[in-house]
Amino acid sequence: MPDQLVYAMEVFLNGLMAGVLYALVALGFVLIYKASGIFNYAQGVMALFAAMTLVGVMEGQVPFSHLINALLGTKVHHFGWHLPAFIGIVSTVIVMVLLAWLVQRIIFKHLVGQEPIILFMATIGLAYFMEGFGDMMWGSEIKKLDVGLPQGINLWIDETTYNIFDYGFFIDNLDIFATIIAAILVGGLVIFSQYTKEGRAMRAVADDHQAALSVGVSLNFIWIMVWSVAGFVALVAGIMWGTKSGVQFSLSLIALKALPVLMLGGFTSIPGAIVGGLIIGVGEKLFEFTVGPLIGGATENWFAYVLALLVLVFRPQGLFGEKIIERV
Amino acid sequence: MFYREAGDFSKTYREDSQTFPIRFDRYRYYAVLLIAFAIIPFFLNDYWVNAIFLPFLIYSIAAIGLNILTGYCGQVSLGTGGFMAVGAYATYKLMTSFPEVSMVVHILLAGGITAFVGVLFGLPSLRIKGFYLAVATLAAQFFLVWLFNRVPWFYNNSASGQINSPERTLLGVPITGANTEPWAVYLFCLVFVALSAVIARNLTRGAMGRKWMAIRDMDIAAEIIGVNPLTAKLSAFAISSFFVGVSGALFFSVYLGAVEVGEVFGINKSFLVLFMIIIGGLGSIFGSFAGAAFLVLLPVLLKNVLVTGLGWPTDIAAHLEFMIVGGLIIVFLIMEPHGIAQLWRIAKEKLRLWPFPH
Repeated sequence: MPDQLVYAMEVFLNGLMAGVLYALVALGFVLIYKASGIFNYAQGVMALFAAMTLVGVMEGQVPFSHLINALLGTKVHHFGWHLPAFIGIVSTVIVMVLLAWLVQRIIFKHLVGQEPIILFMATIGLAYFMEGFGDMMWGSEIKKLDVGLPQGINLWIDETTYNIFDYGFFIDNLDIFATIIAAILVGGLVIFSQYTKEGRAMRAVADDHQAALSVGVSLNFIWIMVWSVAGFVALVAGIMWGTKSGVQFSLSLIALKALPVLMLGGFTSIPGAIVGGLIIGVGEKLFEFTVGPLIGGATENWFAYVLALLVLVFRPQGLFGEKIIERV
Repeated sequence: MFYREAGDFSKTYREDSQTFPIRFDRYRYYAVLLIAFAIIPFFLNDYWVNAIFLPFLIYSIAAIGLNILTGYCGQVSLGTGGFMAVGAYATYKLMTSFPEVSMVVHILLAGGITAFVGVLFGLPSLRIKGFYLAVATLAAQFFLVWLFNRVPWFYNNSASGQINSPERTLLGVPITGANTEPWAVYLFCLVFVALSAVIARNLTRGAMGRKWMAIRDMDIAAEIIGVNPLTAKLSAFAISSFFVGVSGALFFSVYLGAVEVGEVFGINKSFLVLFMIIIGGLGSIFGSFAGAAFLVLLPVLLKNVLVTGLGWPTDIAAHLEFMIVGGLIIVFLIMEPHGIAQLWRIAKEKLRLWPFPH
């Protein structure tokens, strides 16, 4: 087999893994969008915030220590404990639920019935606020996140592929793990939305707010629930990306990666988010591999957007989205 | 009391349809122009020009541009930073290729080039709308920044990848480069700002502005009453990008002098200008100025109060700025979606009756 083809296969597999991570972030968007019509730009910052909180709790950082030190002239930094990952994750989930409640209560309760674009701009404001708030609370330095996930090259794949192609593929254990987690998460979400009472109520709200309200579904509860679930998805995404490349500001930019995924797959479709993520993950890696060297490299920043733009021109609702019908 | 239209009769159509039909408004407008052109230049120093006046003036042009597209025509764009970069790099290429041509021509040409690029990226708006379009304009943002970063022709193969504006004079006075006088750059930008505001105001008052607003309020209904969405949307993209391009050109050549595209014209610039028009007021020229002034002054104020006054570390002041800006966006969207401009309008209504409210 020619070398180039083998390399391309490795790139393809890595793209598939990256695509799963994109899909994971995109899922959070789809959930909130389906249930409340809010396109949540802050999803990426939520992932960053969740990861920061997780690190902060596990390392025993004092929240707002920078601010306290500046105001009172003290020198507090750490409580001096190290908690196991499980307790950290549980308390972070609690924080995310609390955040969901606050966001619903303070912001989106007052914006019910506004145009989608206004809601979108409100979430941009929320993203800015949380970016500052997260940094204020936990400090803006790069943190290391380690919850005990396997990392490094997968030797089995390396050896097997070496025996077949004379060239070992480099696949990170973490990526494989992330794929499994994402699959479980998607399965769980599908079961949740199809077979539980709350899930059914969520789909009812997504279909028609007023009709759902008239049969006794509490909109408020559903929205808080959806934001909490999105917060949980953000936490999972935050753990994966945080373990991979450290908890830092750039983590919040994964939202920008997830946007074209959504445009491609359609805003309203969970399978769309997955397939879109995979297409973009594979597409951008292969594009960078084949065309990138010819035109200066680093094409990953825009390839996804241009691809999504081209698809949108021909299919405005995305690949899997519901057809947009407008009435005057 | 002092703000009223009693005794202010229009005798001709011309008088009736002027920009400021109320006499008090008109005089205030002349007074502002007088102060800006004839008084402020005498009291300027380097700090005031570089920290406040230049960014305020240049962002005002960008905000006017984005307001035409977003506030009047209803097409949200997140590509402002990219379009500003087009203006900046176009000026750079023109300045270095044709050194003998006047800067005014270069900057206007840069605006024209940006308008062309804007139309190109505006084409999808004919098919997609709302935040699909907003996300699509991000494609422009990322692609353009990448382009200027990676293709050496745009930065004349300079080793650092930066572009530097060479010294150019206008009427014998240097306006770009290292040896500029504060008053000269201030007046140079002010002329562009004043012209932009007058042009934008009159465009939005006229037939074109009405078409844009019809598209914004409901595009299908607008189409039915005879507005051509193709020309209306693309003209909004073209004119908006023209202003944004001019502001990018000034930002690079007059204000910064040296630019690294990813840092200066990144996505944060797009959001900053969007925030300016949300806080200032969507669909208002005055709002563009108010928003630009607000978001230029806020960091300066916070820095002076917190860092210089209270001795806090700069990073905390920066985080606080993020929180305040984000929080304000939400507060304005909830309480006053038309921004500072609407507050100003309400204040004027109150002033008309004050001090006898009945």
